[in-house]
Amino acid sequence: METWAFAVTGPGGRREMVLRRRSAPFDEATSRSTSLATEAALIRGAAAAGAPVAPLIRLCEPQDGLGEAHITGRVAGETLGRKIVSDPRFEAVRPRLARQCGQVLAQIHSMSGEGIPLKSADAVAELERYEAVYRQSGAERPILELALQHLKKNPPPPMAQVLLHGDFRNGNIMFDPEIGVAAVLDWELSHWGDPAEDLSWICVNSWRFGRADKPVGGFGEYRDLLEGYAAAGGADVPLSRVLYWQALGSLKWGIMCLMMYSSYATGTESSVERPMIGRRVSETEIDLVNLLEAGL
Amino acid sequence: MIEHPRAEELVEAVARWIDGIRPGLPPRDAFLARVAVNVLGVVRRELTLGPAAEAAAVERLSALLGHEGDFKTLNAELCDRLRAGEMDIATPGLLAALKASITEQIAIDQPNYAPDPGPR
Repeated sequence: METWAFAVTGPGGRREMVLRRRSAPFDEATSRSTSLATEAALIRGAAAAGAPVAPLIRLCEPQDGLGEAHITGRVAGETLGRKIVSDPRFEAVRPRLARQCGQVLAQIHSMSGEGIPLKSADAVAELERYEAVYRQSGAERPILELALQHLKKNPPPPMAQVLLHGDFRNGNIMFDPEIGVAAVLDWELSHWGDPAEDLSWICVNSWRFGRADKPVGGFGEYRDLLEGYAAAGGADVPLSRVLYWQALGSLKWGIMCLMMYSSYATGTESSVERPMIGRRVSETEIDLVNLLEAGL
Repeated sequence: MIEHPRAEELVEAVARWIDGIRPGLPPRDAFLARVAVNVLGVVRRELTLGPAAEAAAVERLSALLGHEGDFKTLNAELCDRLRAGEMDIATPGLLAALKASITEQIAIDQPNYAPDPGPR
């Protein structure tokens, strides 16, 4: 995927925009990611539901000559997680962010999704998917194995599925020092599923950027996230359900790190970055042990 | 083993050199140079802390499984037993042993990582 920032200057003034464009062949049926047309529909739907997004300007047509692509407005702000959790510019707004994230997720989860082709996945399906990837990696990591078996044996009780963002974490959200959440970005992993999946992904310690004491994104508290969610019309989600999905999230990220290392081991990727990511598996393992110890 | 210099000193010398030329590199290379310095940090810590960490892990695994063996064999056996459901979070001593070993692994991989303190 290519992402280009550009500006259009005309009689109406100057307008900042972002072009997203597919650069490699893609099959929506087998891929985890959505097509850019689906992403465009999601952005439109989220905007209609009141969620802050970078507004869709154009879903490109074949005659545009850009291939599969869309153009959105460019929203000002900061996406770098480390800055959100530590930059003094965000000090004043920081205590409000967790509640805002809850509200925004409730808005996203209220979307009907009509006409938008999305897959669905519950906890068991996610675990099966990642277990297959783990087995294929050939790695033998007792903590990942223990977490996998424990989570498979203790799935949360069924709950009505909602339309999920799918990658809602500190890093995929544009924050503004004045208003807080300015735009939710990166919709390509959207799917139907458990509301706690979205509520928990932003709580995975790997996205707290060193502020492990602030469970929501390194800036906020569980209570504020869940209260903001319920106050904006979201279901009552107990913290235990969020913690279950948070552990599943750490497990997923650990297995993704193993997978990225595999691409180095098999010679597909030779960058110095790739093997090093394999050494991030242990961060997810220590977090998993702590969550299991806390009686998840 | 040769001690003049020790392997970790050689690794450290290369890391320092890369760090020194980093500011003059184009952005992408400067980023990769930072990653390379981090890689060498892992290698250095594995050289100094790895042997004791592995010996301690073997001891914990032996105690859990009730017999001796090398790390690879014991670790594989633990994974098999967890997968088969013969051991789980209720197994006495399991979580404590896993936590002790992963704490030593983190000290090699990412000594500055702040683990999740768990819900309060």
